[in-house]
Amino acid sequence: MATSKVTTASFDADVLKSSTPVLVDFWAEWCGPCRAVGPILEEISEEHGSKIKIVKLNTDEESAIAIKYGITSIPSMYLFVNGEVVKTIVGAKPKPALLKELESFLA
Amino acid sequence: MSEVRNVVIVGSGPAGYTAAIYAARAQLNPIIYEGSVTAGGALMNTTEVENFPGFTDGVMGPDLMDSMRKQAKRFGAELITDDIIEMDLASEIKVLKDGSGNTVKARSVILATGSAYREIGLVNEKRLSGHGVSWCATCDGFFFRGQTIAVVGGGDSAVEEATFLTRFADKVVLIHRRDSLRASKIMAERAKANPKIEFLWNTEVIDVLGADKVEGLKLRSTVDGSESEAAFTGLFVAIGHIPRSELLMGQITLDNDGYVICEGRSTRTSQDGVFACGDLVDHTYRQAITAAGSGCAAALDAEKFLAH
Repeated sequence: MATSKVTTASFDADVLKSSTPVLVDFWAEWCGPCRAVGPILEEISEEHGSKIKIVKLNTDEESAIAIKYGITSIPSMYLFVNGEVVKTIVGAKPKPALLKELESFLA
Repeated sequence: MSEVRNVVIVGSGPAGYTAAIYAARAQLNPIIYEGSVTAGGALMNTTEVENFPGFTDGVMGPDLMDSMRKQAKRFGAELITDDIIEMDLASEIKVLKDGSGNTVKARSVILATGSAYREIGLVNEKRLSGHGVSWCATCDGFFFRGQTIAVVGGGDSAVEEATFLTRFADKVVLIHRRDSLRASKIMAERAKANPKIEFLWNTEVIDVLGADKVEGLKLRSTVDGSESEAAFTGLFVAIGHIPRSELLMGQITLDNDGYVICEGRSTRTSQDGVFACGDLVDHTYRQAITAAGSGCAAALDAEKFLAH
């Protein structure tokens, strides 16, 4: 499953009320490390889409949500389970490192 | 995979890509591991590069790297967006393993893994990383709109970050433990003329304050040791770099700071057939153009080595 885009309007339905864990990738077009980690998140989403949903939130367009969650560095990846943040990953990481961070949610 | 390549280049950036361009043009059929999240190297996190010769009006760091990458590709370099996680450089045939578990063998290896940001080394710096502590002004400056933030450091990157951050912040305080900047004159003058930048000389950061986000810094005077606290909502750390040489320890000779030692003016390391270039070697000049130059030298050294 490819990643999808999430907006302020869809955040409640797509993230907070989701029945599966959701990893929100806070990113922006001009951020080099965000562009580097983007394809890795696509791969993880393709391979593990049934266990974990990955959505991308553009912090330029949806700054209200970024501010609400106190984002000060991108990329930041926040994992939501039942509407709560259960894990935060800050900065671009190689695929094996990301998979390790998400390990317990992919089992 | 039993094929033995002529040359494997580890790391991208001006050094790695230039080595790839030269090695490809020498028909060495190079393969370059660009790094899964570090492809393009340090310049990917910069904005305008004004001093790379040939670009009269400057060039954006990421655009420059993209051009070098395409140039390497044009001459047939094989580009792999993955990391090398293991290397065995001791034998005549070098064996390298990538992040996806594939193995590649080569007669020669060019190391161009560059350097990583240096941390101050404070527990709370790490804890609040991503919650006000940052190493990348171009990535994170946007989130500090209208705020008062600190930049620690005194070199070119600290001054560049401070200047860039004034686009967003109300006030940027540059904290430096000496009483003058190491940065190049033109950049230092520009920062000093910027009304949004203030300087805090002879001062070091000894703690980052805040429960779940940065609220202030604990500072100490390097002159009389007196301590003070100041309110900031962000801290950008720009105090230099450490070479990415973890995988090389015990295999090739490094200096006390972890930089690869090369023989004389060459790029030859202590291991036959292994060459090193860029910021992994150079703690003196550290420019895009010097890195590119050493990448060229590494490819030529490798070519000569393979011919014998």
